Amino acid sequence: MPAYPVKVQPPTEDKRWGLVMATMKRHGYQSNAMIETLHTVQESFGFLDDDSLRFVSKALNVPLSKVYGVATFYHFFTLKPQGKHTCVICMGTACYVKGAGELMETIAKKYNVHPGETTDDGNLSLVTARCIGACGLAPAGVFDGEVNGKLTAADTLTKLTKWE
Amino acid sequence: MTLEELQEIKAGEELARSQKKKSIHVCVAAGCMSQNAEAVLNTIEGQLKEKGLAKDIDVKGVGCMGLCAAGPLVSIEPENRMFQEINQANAFLVTDNLEKGKKTTNDLASDSPFFKRQYKIVTENCGVINPERIEEYIAFDGYLGLYTVLHDLDQNEVVQNLIKSGLRGRGGGGYPTGLKWSTVAKAVGAKKYVICNADEGDPGAFMDRSVLESDPHRILEGMAIAAYAIGADEGFIYVRAEYPLAISRLKVAIKQAERKGLLGNNIFGTTFNFTISIRLGAGAFVCGEETALIASIEGGRGTPRPRPPYPAESGLWGKPTLINNVETFANIAPIIRKGAEWYASIGTETSKGTKVFALAGQVVNTGLIEVPMGMSLREIIFDIGGGIPGGRKFKAVQTGGPSGGCIPEEFLDIKVDYESLTKLGSIMGSGGMIVMDENSNMVDVARYFMEFCMSESCGKCVPCRVGTAQIYDILTKFAERRATEADLTLLEELCDVVRNTSLCGLGQSSPNPVLSTLKYFKHEYMERIQAEVNQE
Repeated sequence: MPAYPVKVQPPTEDKRWGLVMATMKRHGYQSNAMIETLHTVQESFGFLDDDSLRFVSKALNVPLSKVYGVATFYHFFTLKPQGKHTCVICMGTACYVKGAGELMETIAKKYNVHPGETTDDGNLSLVTARCIGACGLAPAGVFDGEVNGKLTAADTLTKLTKWE
Repeated sequence: MTLEELQEIKAGEELARSQKKKSIHVCVAAGCMSQNAEAVLNTIEGQLKEKGLAKDIDVKGVGCMGLCAAGPLVSIEPENRMFQEINQANAFLVTDNLEKGKKTTNDLASDSPFFKRQYKIVTENCGVINPERIEEYIAFDGYLGLYTVLHDLDQNEVVQNLIKSGLRGRGGGGYPTGLKWSTVAKAVGAKKYVICNADEGDPGAFMDRSVLESDPHRILEGMAIAAYAIGADEGFIYVRAEYPLAISRLKVAIKQAERKGLLGNNIFGTTFNFTISIRLGAGAFVCGEETALIASIEGGRGTPRPRPPYPAESGLWGKPTLINNVETFANIAPIIRKGAEWYASIGTETSKGTKVFALAGQVVNTGLIEVPMGMSLREIIFDIGGGIPGGRKFKAVQTGGPSGGCIPEEFLDIKVDYESLTKLGSIMGSGGMIVMDENSNMVDVARYFMEFCMSESCGKCVPCRVGTAQIYDILTKFAERRATEADLTLLEELCDVVRNTSLCGLGQSSPNPVLSTLKYFKHEYMERIQAEVNQE
């Protein structure tokens, strides 16, 4: 391992790489900054593609296998591009006993999409969450970053129809 | 920062408060925030301005008031008058009824058992202070504990204080905190670390999130006191990426504390240095386990390793490391300020102090509560929680998340503490409490938790990786009424193997939901066997 960080150029000219570089710089290009860096990549680009994993591996001087291992170990990271809109349904215990499963089925049926997948037209990604901590408002969901509580199947479909 | 400056800030805050006639508090923790609390805050501010009352009445966003089900919550201080379900359209109910005595449709009785039966230590500032202003935390004696420790106590005295207080780890294990501190304090090494475990992964638990969002400085102070006691100079808060609001408030709090010289070098003019940085989790339940958490902070996959050596001897980067849960750290400052004897006087023989529970599921008052140890489950669910909605019958309460168990009605009168819950086959856990009514199917519940453990198993050790999947398959057989007597025996055996041979706590405790439902609701399993026999 070289004593000084080797400057690695980002794969493209995209300005968003600047944010990623900044995160790595803030942590002094230490290998333990990998999770933080991957967070920044995902925040900036929406998902982790092969190029970004290769870049992180080189820039932090970590084997690509290790980067891939981390990216696939944690549920938060996704290697596939997300749809235009994201609907997260919380499947925490409180939401589960209050009928989150039925919500999920309703959506899955209407849009023919399973949890963790995106519709064929790339419009909607359906995601499950372990617990978003809004247990007091169960069942809860997150629609494009906006948390909504006490959902019913009808509510949810109304919200989703707006995105069509 | 000196003591005088600290007192000056406190006096300044008190003066500012005395110049206002009233203050309106709007809950801006995640629960109410998701119901548009920020807009309510702005609307109320606007209406007061129109009425020309902006000078006399202070409006501020505060942390969690507890009763999340009725949010967004608004209260008028100092008379502690509360309103529920306030939105932009009915915000006038608050601003038109500032005088005492007038009844509105959205009044919330602040003297109801939900509020009266609680005992607040950890959440004493929740719903009272603006979490994004360090001055307000200082006004409620914040950082005084840290000052006392740095100037009046030596390291050993702090540890002895903690031991005397009887505080036990609030993350679930219940290991005596003082003992843990003294082990790390005695560990040899110039470099030590303090880690705050805010990876609240249990589904159905949101205590840590609420504390972080409502009173972040309390955690920083607790960590700083811990760092002084064990001789550390660097700390990490490992927080879930799923809690964006908590993360942003923590960042604000750390910056403010650094600017005021309460974190950094030469804190309170002493030789004590301490810095805190935030590390984000990425959605792995196993990272709540301490060795897995350390692996994750080091930047790798969060897989646990065998203990010993315990993190107290060899933790983060091989250095002695103290790991405590958010709620544990939140208890530290009050213990130092009010004394170990005071703390030890609350609670039961073996479990001291209070516990924060996240009450959720089929119960009227869902939300965050803090009660003294030793309160019975019946009091918690029926007095504070308000019972089961819709006149349905209580069936079971699930404590401790996927590592805990279900407790049936006949044990509702036991006193809640670490030992009593363990005896019933459940655990205290981090404090999630899910109430289930007669419509819940216990085999399904067990299967739900096993699905969770199966997909959250990190895959390092075989009993957990394979065992949880096998248990899940057998439970699916039960759910689909394909099970036989042999499956029941196999299920029991398998649970025994997974419990006794798994590497870390996740695997060891994963059979708990199955075992406890088998113990108390065996007929539900049997029904599914017999159904098949009858069909033949």
